[in-house]
Amino acid sequence: MDKIRESLLKKSIATKIERRGKIISLFCLALIVGIVFLIFYFVASRGLATFFQNHINLWQFLSGTQWNPGTNGTNGQPAVGALPMILGSFLITILSALIATPFAIGTAVFMTEISPRRGAKILRPVTELLVGIPSVVYGFIGLQVVVPFVRHTFGGSGYGILSGTFVLFVMILPTVTSMSADALNAVPRYYREASLALGATRWQTIYKVVLRAAIPGMLTAIVFGMARAFGEALAVQMVIGNATLLPQNLVSPASTLTSILTMGIGNTVMGSLQNNALWSLAMILLLMSLVFNLVIRYIGRKGKLNHER
Amino acid sequence: MNAKRVDKIATGILYGVAGLVVIILVALLGFILVEGVPHISWHFLTSPALAFEAGGGIGIQLFNSFYLLFLALLISLPISLGAGIYLNEYAPQNTLTGLIRTTIEILSSLPSVVVGLFGYLFFVVQFKLGFSILSGAFALTVFNLPILTRSIEEALANISDDQREAGYALGLSRWETVTKIVVPAALPSIITGVVLSAGRIFGEAAALIYTAGQSAPALDFSDWNPFDISSPLSPLRPAETLAVHIWKINSEGIMPDAKAVSAGASAVLIIAVLLFNFLARWLGKRLYKHLTAE
Repeated sequence: MDKIRESLLKKSIATKIERRGKIISLFCLALIVGIVFLIFYFVASRGLATFFQNHINLWQFLSGTQWNPGTNGTNGQPAVGALPMILGSFLITILSALIATPFAIGTAVFMTEISPRRGAKILRPVTELLVGIPSVVYGFIGLQVVVPFVRHTFGGSGYGILSGTFVLFVMILPTVTSMSADALNAVPRYYREASLALGATRWQTIYKVVLRAAIPGMLTAIVFGMARAFGEALAVQMVIGNATLLPQNLVSPASTLTSILTMGIGNTVMGSLQNNALWSLAMILLLMSLVFNLVIRYIGRKGKLNHER
Repeated sequence: MNAKRVDKIATGILYGVAGLVVIILVALLGFILVEGVPHISWHFLTSPALAFEAGGGIGIQLFNSFYLLFLALLISLPISLGAGIYLNEYAPQNTLTGLIRTTIEILSSLPSVVVGLFGYLFFVVQFKLGFSILSGAFALTVFNLPILTRSIEEALANISDDQREAGYALGLSRWETVTKIVVPAALPSIITGVVLSAGRIFGEAAALIYTAGQSAPALDFSDWNPFDISSPLSPLRPAETLAVHIWKINSEGIMPDAKAVSAGASAVLIIAVLLFNFLARWLGKRLYKHLTAE
């Protein structure tokens, strides 16, 4: 009797396997979340040291225009003004998004509304393939094609914001195009049918109905492209010239947060002000990627509300 | 102007824009292939790189790229599989799960240079692994985890609940149902996701510059003992990959035929990414056919 009682009260093997499996898979998930917190902790602990250990004024850091940590600037303080890089990053991000948006949306409309068959057969596979091209390849092409082109057409050395913008434009174009096409495809078919039934032409339907219904999705695509452009390191670093000067015009050598980071981090000693200042730049990058994330979430939530109404 | 005329003009403009984009994209692919493919030869693919003279190859870099890819997938696949299973099968629908999903999304949107810097600080400096294959593989894992988890979770979510209920009806536990029924059924899309992420890892450079290092010491391809430092399998040697190589020779500018080598290497990268893409589609379809007996 006791044997039966025991076997009934004891946990079965299946239960044990079940518990073990659940714990293992939970552990995997916890590991990923842990890594995210570790990244934030490590980057912040280094990045904040500039302000707490080296006592650099935050405002001075964000608005100063001289970048040469290790030496003192004109005001007697260490020269850690990150404005040239911050400005450079924002300029190439906004400019490349401005150029890419009309092209991407035009192509997406063509793919979904005008010629869906050719879109599905040729355009979609090509754009998806281009999303996967490594960024150093874009940088190499920028160096071989874009920089000489800019030099011949606009003068200067060819390295600068304009070259960076062109390279990033081509780089984010496939991403923004394929995400915009997804957004347009998600617009219900009966929207178009209703509009056409009212006698609207195809362009009126596209412009007045389809594009407006897809606005949240397309905004997400653009912000996503901007986030990619802002965080891109090597392709930009290869063509921008990497001079830590305030950009005077679009063809003078400039720099971005990512380009100075990739150049500098190996040449500085851990724990020195030069090194800490670079980590502060990394922290700005991290915070900006958080901001882009929040914007995408905000657009998503707003878009949902609009559809429900 | 009447509406029909506007419609015609707008259609024309859209044709123009789409045509222009196609031209840009095709020119891009064409440029890489036309410039690069003539440089690809057996000698180029197998011989080591020469820093100061022309005629070097990309043999070691190519091997390093594949080895790092293999290690990174080996580490990241089990972790993302577990995480994907928990998220899709066990996690309750509440705020905490939502927060966890957000965290993973944040990780996937981090610039790869930040992931590389974290890898430098954490694996290279903190764990004293130095510039090594191992540090590089861990950095790539961090970079790959969110993407792979996402695609595995989606693959699992696409399996209909009938399959799970059938498992429960047979008396299987939840874990057994997942590992014996749901995961095998989702295998085609999981594999597609893995191969696609492999393409991304293969071309990644920013995360590797300060983790796997920028040097490729000579390797002894007859020595396969992983504990020897000159062995190709040694996990503690610095390992410059193909993508890092392209970046380095272009920014240093001391290699006399840097342009030709980077053109060839770029073409190799693109062809590899192309192959990964086709492989993903082909394997997915093939496995699906095999498993469903259609």
